Amino acid sequence: MKRIALFIAAVVLSAAAFAVEPGERLADANQEARAREVSKALRCVVCQNETIDDSHAELAKDMRLLVRERIKAGDSNEQVLSYMVQRYGDFVLLKPRMTGETLVLWFGPLIVLVLGGFIVARRLRKAQPAAAAPAALSADEARALSELTKNESAKKDSAP
Amino acid sequence: MSSPEISAPPKRWPLVVPLVVVIALIALFGKRLADVEGGDDPRLLPTVLLNTPFPEMDLAALPNRAFGGLATTDLKGEVSLVNVWGSWCVACLAEHPLLVALNKEKTVPIHGIAWRDPPEASLKWLAQHGDPYTRVGQDPRSTAAIALGVTGAPETFVVDAQGVIRYKHIGPITPEVWQTKLAPLIAQLKK
Amino acid sequence: MLIELGHFALALALLVALVQGTMPLLGAARGNPAWMAMAEPAAIVQSLLCAFAFAALTHAYIVSDFSVIGVAQNSHTAKPLLYKISGVWGNHEGSMVLWITVLSVFGAAVALFGANLPRTLKARTLAVQGLIGAGFITFILFTSNPFIRLNPAPAQGNGLNPLLQDPGLAFHPPMLYLGYVGFSVAFSFAVAALLEGRVDSAWARWVRPWTLAAWVFLTLGIGLGSWWAYYELGWGGWWFWDPVENASFIPWLTGTALLHSAIVVERREALKSWTILLAIITFSLSLLGTFLVRSGILTSVHAFAADPARGVFVLALLAVAIGGSFTLYAFRAPAVDGGGVFSPISREGGLLINNLLLTTAATTVLLGTLYPLIADALELGKLSVGAPYFNAVFVPLMAPLVILTGIGPLLAWKRGDLAGALQRLKAAAGLAALALIATLALNGVDLINIAAAGGMAIAVWLFAASVTEWLSRVRGQDGLSWQRIVNLPRSAYGMTCAHLGMAVLVAGVTGATAWKEERIESLKPGEHIELAGYRVTFNTARDVRGPNYAALQGEYTVTRDGAAVATMRPEKRNFSQPVQQTTEAAIHTTGISDLYVVIGDMDGAEGAFVTRVYHEPFVPFLWYGVLLMGLGGLVSLSDRRHRIGAARRVSAPTHALPAE
Repeated sequence: MKRIALFIAAVVLSAAAFAVEPGERLADANQEARAREVSKALRCVVCQNETIDDSHAELAKDMRLLVRERIKAGDSNEQVLSYMVQRYGDFVLLKPRMTGETLVLWFGPLIVLVLGGFIVARRLRKAQPAAAAPAALSADEARALSELTKNESAKKDSAP
Repeated sequence: MSSPEISAPPKRWPLVVPLVVVIALIALFGKRLADVEGGDDPRLLPTVLLNTPFPEMDLAALPNRAFGGLATTDLKGEVSLVNVWGSWCVACLAEHPLLVALNKEKTVPIHGIAWRDPPEASLKWLAQHGDPYTRVGQDPRSTAAIALGVTGAPETFVVDAQGVIRYKHIGPITPEVWQTKLAPLIAQLKK
Repeated sequence: MLIELGHFALALALLVALVQGTMPLLGAARGNPAWMAMAEPAAIVQSLLCAFAFAALTHAYIVSDFSVIGVAQNSHTAKPLLYKISGVWGNHEGSMVLWITVLSVFGAAVALFGANLPRTLKARTLAVQGLIGAGFITFILFTSNPFIRLNPAPAQGNGLNPLLQDPGLAFHPPMLYLGYVGFSVAFSFAVAALLEGRVDSAWARWVRPWTLAAWVFLTLGIGLGSWWAYYELGWGGWWFWDPVENASFIPWLTGTALLHSAIVVERREALKSWTILLAIITFSLSLLGTFLVRSGILTSVHAFAADPARGVFVLALLAVAIGGSFTLYAFRAPAVDGGGVFSPISREGGLLINNLLLTTAATTVLLGTLYPLIADALELGKLSVGAPYFNAVFVPLMAPLVILTGIGPLLAWKRGDLAGALQRLKAAAGLAALALIATLALNGVDLINIAAAGGMAIAVWLFAASVTEWLSRVRGQDGLSWQRIVNLPRSAYGMTCAHLGMAVLVAGVTGATAWKEERIESLKPGEHIELAGYRVTFNTARDVRGPNYAALQGEYTVTRDGAAVATMRPEKRNFSQPVQQTTEAAIHTTGISDLYVVIGDMDGAEGAFVTRVYHEPFVPFLWYGVLLMGLGGLVSLSDRRHRIGAARRVSAPTHALPAE
């Protein structure tokens, strides 16, 4: 039931309008550019995975207007974002802040890269002494090679 | 394999790592699935304003209603409900009879925030379906809705006598929700 | 009647799939040729039955038989024929029938074209394919059955979401499924190899064409989806890092890694265990995508209607399929590994680094996609992970990959000559530097343009390096040799083409991201917007009617330096079944950049309309890049070494590893 209710609310709210409309814009181009930047970092809370800058929802439009009001009133970008976070929680930020909860998110890729790199490096290092002694071609390889050189000139390989 | 193997036998434990990751992920999915089925819809956003003072606002009244608009100061001194609604909202209509009935019982004052709704439409709707509200404030540009972190209508806040938000219910209030969640909380807050 | 037959065919397909999934496995284990031989006919019959069920369902959509639940919920008589057909897979149930049909057809293809496969390997591969099929047919029959009749039948159906009524989106899902599901073949081969306990270069040669085919479909499918989003959603975005997009992109990344690591297995009999793992991971991620889209545990703009009951079923399937294959891997992988002797500076060393970066990238996207869910499950609070995160972590991983892709193909196997390769790439480096300087000179030096210049430089670098590599193969001492150009294997051309595509794509992503411009104005007839040298004048707006919608159509004249360029007619369509509005942007392309015009709401009384004009430089490069990559895959697929069934395992004694 709740689900249905929200769905209805969302549909009704998104019935009209567009993303940023001419009337919404601030006269000061610099402030307007900042407003766009802030809007692109904020998630539309009635739609899913859309920025308020892109969203057609009415609530997103009102949030855009609020962002502009606050910027006009002299808030910094960070202050506007904090204002929204105070009301909607971290959920409203599309780029999560670096906190204890998001450490894994932010450093996960690096950890994977380092661990993976470590495994790869070990494999490469271990290989070096063996690779130093050129291996004899197996019968199959020799046959394959002769076939390749017969049919395809020179360069030994081909790839994807 | 007839291939000559490398001298040291490969360690086996790294091969189990992917399996462990997979099992952990499946367990996580399972837990989320159970949560979702238990009613924890991922789209529902719990309020971060819990146990914080009701945000500052002073909303204009609907014309010709007995009580005035809604300001933060009106919420001090008494436990109350604040219901965000709009005449355009189908789900609000679903919970409305319950609000009307509750109002007759006089357990708790119910205030309304008419969200993104022209005053004529709100008034017409209230005339048609009954008016359970003590005070009603207009919120034509979502300033109050955003200040309250509202994502959809209806949403209902329980505010204690000090004007602090104690609970938020998302979606229509059903008799079950009232009996199991809101009524006990209100009774406790009144003590 | 036909629909009951279709339903029956699907139930029958389940039985056949169960036979296909069990008997050949037992046969292979016990050395019973008759049981193993059941695999091929079973696979073929299963695919025919599934195809029949799919055809029966499609027929019900075409004739608008609203007594069938799927048709009533998702179709409408007023829809054009194409969208009646695409409506079949525009919903959860029908899309599952398509999914299973594609799966069984891949199985049948292995049965038909795998004549040279060793008997046990083929039996086991088809059996695994059959087991996957059995699982998903059960899923359809018990939780998502589109063949159920409604009584009484409604007079009219609910219609299809108008956003989906579009040629781009009509073909996007089938293409995507051909990709996703195509990776099932690599998965089945991998599991079969684990059961067999052996992997060799012949195995890699058998798996490669299937992987390549799936990869081509997935590449084109993702490209098609991106293209659709670009022209249909009305603001010229083409990639959103939405969970559902990511669900198709993650297997693409690991599938790309798989394509490259399989070459190492084929050429060097190394990375075997890793390649097996990649094959399992890639299809597992495809399954994960299916699960995420349908379970409702992640939110997305284009998820199917959420249904946790289905989610439980798919999760159980996932646990069995993925958990089972990873368990098998943990126990059996030591049996297949061997070799693995590498010099860091060599072709295989380069491919290893390619795999490291691609896998890290895939993990990153997966982490970002699942993080809100993980945070929810661990009660760390609600949070969102959107485009800014992905851009911040993904791009730094891709940039080195693109640079190294230029160098890798110039390194020889076993022991490459890095200095020599770099020597040959001097010209490419020069061109890249030129691109860097030119970009900054033309656009000024600020943060965005420094990043853009970097992007353009690596794009030019990869393009030039790929051309250099090709030239080095076809040029002898006496200059270009026609003989060499003709004799160069198709797989080499495929690689060059795909890498060129990658370069073009990088240029497209860079340019489209850095230099997109927009103007939003309320225009009265006769007024204009100027943007990027174009003057877009609003003439008039009128009402037009389509087959199942009414639309507002604006007419804009575009001029450049006073000369007429185009007349553009964007529309805003109002559908009634179901009620929804869509925007149809008008796009004028020069082949290098697009002019993109959207008409919005009426603004005030004087016939003014909100008009948005976007200048989208380099967006066409995205599509060229994707097409080139897909073409590269196809060309490589046509190589005689990869031609399906051409590979032959060298008879005993088995293909031995060189003693290294």
